[in-house]
Amino acid sequence: MEVVPLLAIEQLSKSFGSNEVLKSVDLSVSAGEVVTIIGPSGSGKTTLLRCVNFLEFYDGGSIRIDGSEVGFRDGSQRRRRTERDLARMRAETGMVFQSFNLFPHLTAEQNVTLGLQQVRGKSRKDARDTARHWLARVGLEHKAGSLPSELSGGQQQRVGIARAVAMEPKVLLLDEITSALDPELVGEVLDVVTQLAADGMTMLMVTHEIAFARDASHRIVFMADGRVSAEGSPDHIMSGADGNDRLEAFLSRFRGSRI
Amino acid sequence: MGYHLNFNLVWRHFDKLLNGLVLSLELALLSILIGAVIGLTLAVWYVSAGRFARGLISGYVEVIRNVPLLLLVYLVFYGLPTVVNIAYDATTSFVLTLSLYSGAYLVEVFRSGLDAVPRGQIDAGRAIGLTPIQRLAYVRLPIMTRISLPALSNTFISLFKDTSIASVIAVPELTFGAQWINNTTFRIVEVYLVVTTIYLIAGYMILLLLRLVERRFRVER
Repeated sequence: MEVVPLLAIEQLSKSFGSNEVLKSVDLSVSAGEVVTIIGPSGSGKTTLLRCVNFLEFYDGGSIRIDGSEVGFRDGSQRRRRTERDLARMRAETGMVFQSFNLFPHLTAEQNVTLGLQQVRGKSRKDARDTARHWLARVGLEHKAGSLPSELSGGQQQRVGIARAVAMEPKVLLLDEITSALDPELVGEVLDVVTQLAADGMTMLMVTHEIAFARDASHRIVFMADGRVSAEGSPDHIMSGADGNDRLEAFLSRFRGSRI
Repeated sequence: MGYHLNFNLVWRHFDKLLNGLVLSLELALLSILIGAVIGLTLAVWYVSAGRFARGLISGYVEVIRNVPLLLLVYLVFYGLPTVVNIAYDATTSFVLTLSLYSGAYLVEVFRSGLDAVPRGQIDAGRAIGLTPIQRLAYVRLPIMTRISLPALSNTFISLFKDTSIASVIAVPELTFGAQWINNTTFRIVEVYLVVTTIYLIAGYMILLLLRLVERRFRVER
């Protein structure tokens, strides 16, 4: 029996003007799996991630979550979903951003409860309880009443994770979530991600933390030039994936440092 | 120098000035409230509108910004009632004028405020599944308001000063009070010294108050 993947990306293509950033990308993620995308900048990693929750329109191919096409209506014709419909689809995925993107006018707790109340339709009290639960999980229950401007980068990013995870998404998308952080704050954020992985959260992430990718992922996808260039277990990829030149060149930048 | 300053006659009629000040503040406040409703509605409409509607909105803004306020006051008070069959008193007419006037400036303030809401925060709203209306209500407008506060304060202070123009159609605000005292007592220097001081102090108090509000609602971007 074939296992239907939770997230199935097939022949995905996307251009910005004449610049083709994704060239027929195939990628699937099963429930509970942690898949990391690595690759040089400009290889289309972030764009791919942003297509999964339709923050970016994709030109060709398909992205299915639990069998439903993300950006377009089911059926033979490729008709874009209505905004309301898209909003419903987007709630199926959670996203954590490189630059945190917390709502600056809301407290940590309100950042989490906004979606719970408005999208999930939870009561004020339920939303609050859920928010408190997740803020505690990321070690920030004592900061529930703080505004983003009163939090460190690492704390803001942990609120960002709580905001995404509290919505109980089917897939969590993590877009270079430690790239904007001071080195000493990276660990606290990665610890949270490691815990989520251990809890069985399905995750697709883009990261430059190669060592973290190796330790935390079930599978690593190496992208180059808008294509999946190599894919496999962390050990397989880290050993150079049978002499893939571009991967070798990419990995050599990290060798001798922290790997 | 044969002129001797004598403020006694001004103090005798000081209630005219105080009542005038209160009315000036009321005119400015009412106009900015109505103007904010106009400005907000049109700004939100503008960012989602087609070319035709955008043209209309821009037309309104440009007309108001390029016609002197004094002329607008005359047009609305003397011109409009002759063309269409409506009647209003001078104060109502002035509030209408100043509201339309501030509305045009506030369209621009709110529009650039909406533009300045960081993309990433809108994306975050999208990512948690907010609909466009919800993003507007819970993300874009609250952030836009905070971004626009300093410009909003400046607009209000300008409007407060602009209320003096209402004196030309005999609205009994502060400047009209001054003219009345001047016509009655002929103490022109004293009257305008006192009135200038009142405008100065009132304007500065408003500024301090608004800066406090701004500080309270400041957002890091």
